[in-house]
Parts: sequence; structure tokens; C-alpha cells
Amino acid sequence: MVDIASPPVAPRRREPRDAATLGRPAGRRIGPLILRAVVIVYVGLLVAWPVALVFWNTFADGLAPVIETFTDPLVLASLRLTAIAAAASVVLNVVFGVTVSLVLVRYEFPGKRLLNAILDLPLSVSPVVVGLSIVLVYESTRGIFGVPLAAAGIQVLFSTPGIILATTFIAMPLVIREIVPVLTEVGTEQEQAARSLGASGPQTFWRITIPAIRWGLTYGVVLCLARSIGEFGAVKVVSGNLIGQTQTATLMVEQMYFDFDQEQAFAVAGLLASISIIAIVVVSVLRSRAERKGTS
Amino acid sequence: MSIDIQAVGKRFGSFVALDDVNLSLPTGQLTALLGPSGGGKSTLLRIIAGLETADAGRIRIEGRDATDLPAQKRGVGFVFQHYAAFAHMSVAKNVAFGLEIRHRPKEEVRARVDELLRLVHLEQFGHRLPSQLSGGQRQRMALARALAVEPTVLLLDEPFGALDAQVRKELRQWLRRLHDEVHVTTVFVTHDQEEALEVADQIVVINEGRVEQVGTPDDLYDRPANDFVMRFLGPTTTLAGLVVRPHDIGVVALPVAGAIPGTVRVVQRVGFEVRLTVQTSEARDPATVTLPRSRYLELGVDVGDPVWLRLPADAVRAPATAASAVLEEATSGSH
Amino acid sequence: MTSLTDTAAPSPLTGRRAAARPHRPRSTLTRGAGLALGVSVLWLSILVLIPLGAVVAAAASGGWAGFWAVLTNPQTVAAITLTVSQAALVTALNVVIGTAIAWVLVRDSFPGKRVIEVIIDVPFALPTIVAGLVLLGLYGPRSPVGVDVANTKAAVFLAFAFVTLPFVVRAVQPVLEQLDPDVERAARSLGASGTQTWTRVLLPALAPAIAAGAAMSFARAVSEYGALVLLSGNLALRTEVTSVRILTYVENGQLAQAAAVATVLLVIAFLVLVALDLIQRRVARRG
Repeated sequence: MVDIASPPVAPRRREPRDAATLGRPAGRRIGPLILRAVVIVYVGLLVAWPVALVFWNTFADGLAPVIETFTDPLVLASLRLTAIAAAASVVLNVVFGVTVSLVLVRYEFPGKRLLNAILDLPLSVSPVVVGLSIVLVYESTRGIFGVPLAAAGIQVLFSTPGIILATTFIAMPLVIREIVPVLTEVGTEQEQAARSLGASGPQTFWRITIPAIRWGLTYGVVLCLARSIGEFGAVKVVSGNLIGQTQTATLMVEQMYFDFDQEQAFAVAGLLASISIIAIVVVSVLRSRAERKGTS
Repeated sequence: MSIDIQAVGKRFGSFVALDDVNLSLPTGQLTALLGPSGGGKSTLLRIIAGLETADAGRIRIEGRDATDLPAQKRGVGFVFQHYAAFAHMSVAKNVAFGLEIRHRPKEEVRARVDELLRLVHLEQFGHRLPSQLSGGQRQRMALARALAVEPTVLLLDEPFGALDAQVRKELRQWLRRLHDEVHVTTVFVTHDQEEALEVADQIVVINEGRVEQVGTPDDLYDRPANDFVMRFLGPTTTLAGLVVRPHDIGVVALPVAGAIPGTVRVVQRVGFEVRLTVQTSEARDPATVTLPRSRYLELGVDVGDPVWLRLPADAVRAPATAASAVLEEATSGSH
Repeated sequence: MTSLTDTAAPSPLTGRRAAARPHRPRSTLTRGAGLALGVSVLWLSILVLIPLGAVVAAAASGGWAGFWAVLTNPQTVAAITLTVSQAALVTALNVVIGTAIAWVLVRDSFPGKRVIEVIIDVPFALPTIVAGLVLLGLYGPRSPVGVDVANTKAAVFLAFAFVTLPFVVRAVQPVLEQLDPDVERAARSLGASGTQTWTRVLLPALAPAIAAGAAMSFARAVSEYGALVLLSGNLALRTEVTSVRILTYVENGQLAQAAAVATVLLVIAFLVLVALDLIQRRVARRG
């Protein structure tokens, strides 16, 4: 795992030890003050103000359009599909992520470094390329998996399974990246102690391993969920964007925007933005609490 | 015999950790596995516990062949150097773990946990998390946890290695007293000869994957099997091709028949002792002699003065071999 | 006497020190772990490797001539040039501003700092399509501040800057936290100016982290799609980026052409992974 290039997920942080002497300018030290101002202005103009504006636009015309949007059966269908895809992605990625992380941290084997590198691939491959790759494989006339599946009467592209595959692919590394460092840090002694006290393999896993990595796993799940809900490019390629059938919430936003239903577009966007911001805040709060307790 | 080890061998790649080890550890005793780091003693302990598998040989615990038993079926209590506390459980929950795994009735678990916490003097701390305990307290908790399941043998891997010197001394005396109370067959690994000599009924010296000597602390100190054991058990120096203890060497300021002449190069006072470095004519490297301060003042010699060294007939000695030359370097460096 | 053992080799015998084992076995897999690894690799192959392999295979299916024809198509050339150049510019900006943000978050202290901490992560969690909509609100035709970059190259730059904001910050921040503030004070006490402290003390220590963040930032920018859809207008030869170009081919049913362009992005993603691996190895060597 490329630790130093971990995804932009809030790292474990501690308060600056000596902010008072280093950070706070003592009259003549104007540099840090300028730096602080530049940072606040940049972050404000690039992120804070535009995001705030979305919420403003959502409620610009009162609550009525928002209520109307969220009673629209097409919007509800798209939200349902997004929820299904995100839930499936989280389950698949947690099972796969915990398994592969345990193997990576606990064992040595040839090809480990390569496996590490491949696990990071979804972070740097374009979602559109991910979508294309799934189309190529599951395409029902020539795709390597698509042909046999079509013969068995299973449609992957332009339907829910394709959307789940695309979403799972994109969000794959997030759980792994969160729990690998935690697993490395806790080591194997607690598990060995449990074994020597008579615990079986499954008992050790559920009573010791999982509780030991519970915070890392929680962050991984929250981030995976946020990423899955927000996936757009890959889903757009594989879904066919069939209204009411394969349209996820993000695809709905695009379509409504181009159809000049801007109020509705902002309402759905506002909902998605709220979910992602709540996710970040939850992780941030949990993390600082876990740190204060020293039990992370 | 409580633990029988027969022809056990273990390699890590091309590194031989244990080489045909045969050993019997008696029931009810406190045994120390003593040796330098990397010598194989921890590996042996882990093989007994089932945390590591031997490449060759058999392990019998209380007469039962345990070689192929997994760790959780051996009835062995294991205490780790770094405590291996279950960080997410309270102290009481840690101690109760093995009992809960065995589905013992709640009442029994509670009573047993209370009893053990009293035994290790942690009765006030049952509700705390391990992170809120000191190192010594955590190790006592780990000990209580291991004892809770009433193991047939208790294994401790460098149990005091991570603690500071003061706590370490207290805990090892406490372990001795605890053992006298509980009487469970106990094996602990240490690289600290003082710890082994002070606590153990029996010491097994292990080096480079082989057993160098087995015996009581007195056996080892007074009748070391070879120069390695002798060097490992305390400060040594070389005189006339023999490995001897610096405080056994007699020093006089006048020539005596049979004594080896030399010149004082360094005089160091270390507390109640004085350490002389004496260059003799017969050896390339100087010999080290320690003597009480009062004896040194009587002697009245200083740097550059001639002295004569002799070894009493009853002094413990071993012939110096090349094999332990490296150890000699390390020993002389630390004294 | 206890110090004797300190001079001996570290014990290869306990699990905790397994990394220092002098002769690491090639494989320590148990039967169960081997099975878990096998299933994981199978799943990874089905989900990731075989599909990505299919992209390369599809790109190769048209032969070298076909591949080259797609890549030299003026519209494709324009898209790749625009994507790579804007991604490089944004990465350069992130190297500067990202490092500055990390420094402020670690060393500075002011009310509202925690809010900035949270805001930094917003671009990572926000759905990209929503990000596009968000930026359009402030920098689009209905901009309350009168700045309209919609359908221009600046829109591409803006979208890239938004989605890549966290990378350098989050790469540098933990490294800076590990760096003792006394190091900066020591430089000061030896007479270094603020600028000299930065260039001679801080930046050399942070360089690997900055490079890693920059690589991630570049990879993310090059592969971005969602944030641009609403913002850049996707005008051929002007504001069309590589991802959009691929999507256009897909929507026209030209999968081989789409795969050819996608292969270029895959190569860039692969190079970034190699770069990150090299940086990490260098850091590991440095200790």
C-alpha cells in the first residue's frame, strides 16, 4: 500500500504542540499570517462558498419545489437504485477488503508488492475507463463474461448488476486503505493471546480482530458509502441511463440539469452533498473522539 | 516431568533457530530459559505454546503429545513481552476472556476474575481500559488473564523486558512469590542473567539454537559447563588463557611465586569497588581485576605501578575459546 | 551485563520483530490464508484485472495502425493535450497551495481551523456531478460575483483544482506532524530567514510527501469526468477532455476507439503507481 499517498482522508491528527510560539506571529512575523489568509481565501473560494451556494439554491424558492422533487416517483426510483448499488458495494468491499488486508498484513508471499499496487489502481483510473472496461467484458455479443451470461439469460449491462460492479470497482481501495495501517499497528499478539486462552479461529476473529480494527473499518465503510453514492462516470457508461430503470441519483442530477429542471437538480444535488458532508463530519468526529480516548 | 522436549528443530529460511533441542522441565518449578537475543529461547517457548510449529521433534505436556495440537487446545497460559492486552476490553473483561470462551457460568466467571485481580493487586482497576494502566500493571493483568483458565503450564516471554529497571526488579520478586503461592509449572524467557539467577529454581542456558547447560542457579554459577555460560552469567576477564571472574583475581604489590607480573594501566572507582586494568606481559589484551575499595587502599598502587596477579585454586575458570570471542568484546565493553 | 544482548543481533524469533528476520521465507501463507488470497485474487481479477485487460485487448484489436489513427485524430490530440496540460498546471498549483494548507493546518492555530480541516475533505466525498453543479453556481453564467468560466479552458482548470484539492494536503500533513517544530526553531536560531527555513529545512523533509501528493493529484485530474460535464461544455477541440472523448466514442458504439484512448489513461495511471512506489521505497530507505 502506498502509505504516503494515502487518499485524501483526514489523517490521525493531533493538535499542534506549540502553535503559540510557532504559528502565532509575534508582531514582526507577518509570513504565517499571510499564509493563513491565503489558505482561508483559497479554500473559501474554491470549496466553501460554492458548496454553500448549492444549499442556498436548493432552498431559494422555498420548500415546495424540494418537496415536489422528493415525491417524484422517478427521483425516488433513482434514489432507491443508488441505495441498492451503494449497499452492495459496501458489503462486497468490506468482505473483500477485510480478507485481503489480513492476508497482506499477516503473510509474506511472492507477488505481494504487485497485489498492493493493483489494489490502488481504481484510485487513479478514470471512472469512464472503468465503465468502458466493464462494457467490454460484459457486452452480450463479444464480451468474455457477457456472452455466457447472456446465454444464461443474465443481463449485466444497462441493469442493476452492471451498476453495482462499476460502483464496487471504483470504491474498492477505500476500506483496505483504512484498515491496513490499523492491522499493522495492532499486530498479532492479541490474537495469539486469544488463541492461547482457548479461542478458536472464528472466535478470535470476531472477538479480537474485528473490535481491534473497528474504527478503521467504520471510516472505511463511511468513505466507501460516500464514494459509492457519488459515483457518476463509470455508472453513466454501464447504465445506459434508462430513465426510471437504470438512472442513479447522480445521473438524475445531470439529466434534470440538461432538461432545465434546475430546481430539481439542485434539490437532489443538495441531498447528495448533505450525505457526503455528513459522512466527512462523522468520520472527523469519530476520529478525534477515538484519539482522545486513545482506543482507536 | 511437565514438559518434555524431544529433538526439536526449527529454521527460518537458512537461519537455524533451534538445533536438536532435548529438554525436560519438572512439574511445579519455575524455570528460566536464559540466553542472548536471537539464541532460540523465545522460539522454543513459542513452540511449547503452539504459537510456532517445530520443523522436527515432539513436544509432550503433562505426558500428552502436544506436537500437533493447536495453541487453544494445549492448556498453556502465555504472557507476552508487550502484554498483548485486548485494547478494547476492560481489565476485568481481559481476565474473563478465556473463561467466557469456555462458556463458564457468569457467577463463576465473576468470582474467579475478582479472585485473580486480588491476586495480582489490581482489584481497584477492573473497570479500566488497559491503556489506562502502567506497564507493570498491564503485565500483571496479562498474568491474571493467563492464570484464569488454570493452565497446566505458564509460559512468559521476556515478561519484564518492556519495563523500566525499578518496576522490573519489583515484578520479578513478585513473580517469585506468586509462583510460591500458585505452584503452576512456569517457564520464562529472559536475556537478563540477574533476573534468572534471582528468580528461577532451574536455568536452561540456550545459545545459537542449542542448550549449553541446565542446572540450578548455584550449579551454573559455580560449575559453568563452558566459557560461554561463564561469560554469560557475569563479568569475566581473561588471565593466562583462562576465562575467570575479575573479583576472583588476587592482586599483590610484591612479587610472589607463581603470580603473573603486570602494570596498572587504568584505575576506575565504581561505587564500592575499584576496577584495575592490568597489562600483563603474557597476554596481548589487558586483564580486568575488581577489588573492594578498602582492599585497593591497602594495596597502595596507582597507574604505572607494577602488580602481581594470581588465581586462587578454588576460583571458577574455563578455558577461553575462539567461539566466544565476540561475546568477550561485548562483555568487556559493558563493564 | 544486560547490555550485552544489545550488541547482539536483534531476535528473529518473535512475531513483532518478524520484519527484521534475516532470512525471510518466500511464503508464510498457511492453508487458510492461501485460500483467502486465492479467492481475493480471483475476485480482483473478475472485477478489475480482466476488465482492464479487455480495454488493452480492445485497443490492440485494431492493430497498431488503427490504434495510431485514433491517437493522432486531431480531436483526440486536442483532448489529451488539454487534459495533460491543465492537469500539470493544477498539480503545480497544488504543490504550492497544498503544502501551504498543510503547514497552516499543522502549525498554525486559529478559530475555525477545524472547519477548514473538514472542508478539505469535501471534494473527496462530494459526488463529482454535484461538484460541477457547485462550481457552476459561483463561476457559471448566473455567477453572483460576475465570474463566468463556463465552457472555457479555465473551467477545466477550475474543476481539476476542486477535485484534487485534498491530495497534496493529506499527503504532507502527517509528515509535517511528525516533524519536530524545534527543527524550524533551530533553523531560525541559526539565523535563517522565514524563506530560508522553508527552502532549506522544511521542503527537503517534505519533498517525498509533496511528490506523492502531486502524483495522486495529477492522476486524479487526468481521469476526471463528472465535475466537467456541466462546467466545461465539452466543446470539441476546445474544452473536451480525454474522459469525455472516450465517452463520446462509447456512446457512438466505437468501443475499439474508446479503448485506444482509454489505454493512454491507463498508461498514465500505471506510471503514477510506479512513481508512487518508487517514492515510497526511497522514503522507506531513508527511514
